[in-house]
Amino acid sequence: MNAALLIARRELFAYLRSPLGAAVIAGALLIDGIWFYWQGLTQKLLSVEVLQQFIYGASGTTMAAGLLLSMRLLAEERQTGTLVLLHTSPIRDSQIVLGKYLSALVVLLVATLLTAYMPALIFVNGKVSIGHVLVGYLGLLMLGSAAISIGLFGSAIARSQVVAVIVSAAILAAMVLLWAVARSVDPPVNRFLSALALHHENFRPFMLGRLDLGCVVYYVMVTNFFLLGATKVLEARRWR
Amino acid sequence: MIEIRDLYKYYGDRRALGPVTAEIAKGEIIGLLGLNGAGKTTTLRILACDLLPTSGTVRVSGHDVVSAPEEVRARVGYLPDRPPLYDDMTVREYLAFAARLRRVPRTDVSRRVDEVVEQTELGDVMHQMIGTLSHGFRQRVGIAQAIVHRPAFVVLDEPISGLDPVQIVEMRELVRGLRGAHTVIVSSHILTEISETCDRIFVIDEGRIAWAGTEKELSSEFGQGMRIDVTVRGGAEERVLEALRAVDGVQSAELAPPSEPGEDVRTLRVSARGDVRDAVCRALVGADVSVLELVRRRELESMVLALLGGGESGTRRRAKRRFDERREAPAEQAAAEVPQAEGV
Repeated sequence: MNAALLIARRELFAYLRSPLGAAVIAGALLIDGIWFYWQGLTQKLLSVEVLQQFIYGASGTTMAAGLLLSMRLLAEERQTGTLVLLHTSPIRDSQIVLGKYLSALVVLLVATLLTAYMPALIFVNGKVSIGHVLVGYLGLLMLGSAAISIGLFGSAIARSQVVAVIVSAAILAAMVLLWAVARSVDPPVNRFLSALALHHENFRPFMLGRLDLGCVVYYVMVTNFFLLGATKVLEARRWR
Repeated sequence: MIEIRDLYKYYGDRRALGPVTAEIAKGEIIGLLGLNGAGKTTTLRILACDLLPTSGTVRVSGHDVVSAPEEVRARVGYLPDRPPLYDDMTVREYLAFAARLRRVPRTDVSRRVDEVVEQTELGDVMHQMIGTLSHGFRQRVGIAQAIVHRPAFVVLDEPISGLDPVQIVEMRELVRGLRGAHTVIVSSHILTEISETCDRIFVIDEGRIAWAGTEKELSSEFGQGMRIDVTVRGGAEERVLEALRAVDGVQSAELAPPSEPGEDVRTLRVSARGDVRDAVCRALVGADVSVLELVRRRELESMVLALLGGGESGTRRRAKRRFDERREAPAEQAAAEVPQAEGV
């Protein structure tokens, strides 16, 4: 665990020293801000609907931010040859992956928390439950965590960051679009596909302010699955 | 200290290494010598636990690289051919990070970094970003990260690659300075480097250890031969080679093409048994070929090339075969070829 935290700390410094972290945070804030302004001030919606729509819109930027933050994590190390330092140190591959994941999660957490003033503005002229806000943000973090793990997996299998982000985006899009596929097939397959979809059924409860343990477990499982995949890719590299 | 038994590494169907069996004693500096693609880097990557062997065993201080890789890695410092450096960190930050990764206790990190900075003479650039360092300093930082945790075994892959002459001398001193505190294995295809630095030499050829021993042992086994580079002007190729065929002791000769088109100055590479320099000179002058320079190549290089006779590059092997075939051909046929060659 210590090694994972050590790697996470180094990666956090790397985010601070490169424009990527700041650019992703600024981009997410800008898009979320425009979305919130449009929903909150130009549409005739109830306060709770504004919050729901804000969380719905922020889920898109959170997924995109997760992919962008994670694309460099392993692909860049491989490109620059620094992965050898980690590979020849007395640490496990799972610690390398966990450290990288934690660093991106912290940056995403900062980016997400910086949007908190937007739902707070609803309290000025409206009324929503704080629980709804908290559950919505928990959903965003769970979704972001899954997106980072998918991005990390893409970064583990690709040599360049561009390829990494394309592969990750393809996996993420496929998982999001499972709900659309589910609509065109018969039961019980449709229920199965719908339950696997990254966004639709599994994110809706968070958007509505309902804490669904099944959905929490789903996002934890997706995150674990892709982190394990990234670890196995690193392990397999030693046998090549 | 290090035991290697029947080690093999395959990349797909291609055998990159094996069988390799060797033992390295504590405190030794071993030179791994071989042509490009001979298997040096694969061997070093396996020793550093960056790559797993296809079969065979490698033990470092009794720990197996497959079953106990973390124990091995804690005892190994590795500098790959491209130093694994983070350009966005300062030298000090990077070395502290490497030390913590290699299990140096938090309280000892600062002291260890100071020691290694002094040892590798990085004091002037300690607070500089790695991305701004010259190639020589980057290599030094690479060595510093490999020894920051005081490993029992240091693996250096081509540490002098790309360095200028002054930096080469400094790097040589640095590697020599590791003697005693560490067991070191250094790879290079620069023969002088190995002979200057190492206690024992492993010559790797086509994935196998073709020979292992000290330079002295190598000399007594293969030192009878000699390699000479002769810079000549004028004379058709056949006439030059014909003149050399008549010299007793010459084993092979190869006339390199001119360095520039239309140039008349060429280099003649001659392998021989014993010292044939004066006889070669006389033969060439007798054949009306101007001898501009005659240089005896370093003994170690000659010996290793003799040792790698079977593993020489295609060009060298073909040149040797051509020379031998012509030597064996009837004298009259060779004589008949001379005017033709001159005509060309």
